[in-house]
Amino acid sequence: MAYIKLLNEELPGIVGLLNYRPETAKPLTLLAETLLRGPSTLTSGEREIIAASVSWWNNCHFCHTSHAAAAVAHYQCDLGLIDEIKKGLPNTEVSDKLRALLHVAHQVQRSGREVTEADIAQARELGATDQEIHDTVLIAAAFCMFNRYVDGLGTWAPQSREAYKEMGERMAYVGYGKS
Amino acid sequence: MAHIELYNDLPGIRGLMAYRPETEAPLNFLAETLLRDDNNSLSRGERELIGTYVSYLNDCFFCQNVHGAMAGHYLGCNIDQIDRIKQDFKTAELDGKMKALLAIAASVQKGGKNVTVDQVEEARNNGATDVEVHDTVLIAAAFCMFNRYVDGLATWAPTDRQFYVNRAPQRAVEGYQSSVYK
Repeated sequence: MAYIKLLNEELPGIVGLLNYRPETAKPLTLLAETLLRGPSTLTSGEREIIAASVSWWNNCHFCHTSHAAAAVAHYQCDLGLIDEIKKGLPNTEVSDKLRALLHVAHQVQRSGREVTEADIAQARELGATDQEIHDTVLIAAAFCMFNRYVDGLGTWAPQSREAYKEMGERMAYVGYGKS
Repeated sequence: MAHIELYNDLPGIRGLMAYRPETEAPLNFLAETLLRDDNNSLSRGERELIGTYVSYLNDCFFCQNVHGAMAGHYLGCNIDQIDRIKQDFKTAELDGKMKALLAIAASVQKGGKNVTVDQVEEARNNGATDVEVHDTVLIAAAFCMFNRYVDGLATWAPTDRQFYVNRAPQRAVEGYQSSVYK
């Protein structure tokens, strides 16, 4: 049960909140769509991994599992990626550039002030462009918002990762804020 | 200097917004809706105060001064009065509802799971509606984004705090979107 009386208590996580307040749903879904599916030299799969990792570090089960499921849909891999993300992708083949960007994202998750010149230099050395660094910082920051929104209002979330498979496919193939 | 080459010398989030117009649009749309939309039972000043307080807790100089000046403009307070609220809102001259909402905002700043049922109950007992609790949580969460964006890319900020106070009246009239470049 959420802390406030939602219009439809069956809708989990942010879905119930977006339905409750359409005025704020519009900019929030436009932001998610732009950050995760808009023009960028980072693939949507890479951006969903950043989003899911930050959500895991913020201990937000709904956002972690749903965005990891979206990454699964983009990569067309199995749901094991959801748990891999929790562990820092030890057994997944990802570029060194993405690993360096995930480190920047982790610093942002702690605080914007934690990001050092050395963190940025390392990402650049491993091939990240300025715009990719920009987008990584903003995606990480945005999920520090989404995670707090979802948990700060005490929304409920399905437990099992299988429950997020379809949701992830819709996020990946249809997009955010689209019916 | 910012961590990336912005090709402009605008301070804080304005430099980032000019750098990346694709993300500027939804970010300003969000700020406008949360802070300036008049179809809201929290006043603009109250909402700016929530943003100011969270920016203070996140130690973001640019955001706490921009929004502190906006809150001061709407609420008729000077910098010193806004500073006193940031340092100890519990003893400040604010009504019970605002104090309860700022306590919720402080919990959101730490992490969403820090908000308690008791805090929400306290806000309700002081007259807060569910929509007001919702908006408080979302504003506090949004500033945890804006602050990280501004500091995570190491943007520069004018150190003279009067700069922000001087800009507030025009920003209040024209809004955030049109304040990016001027």
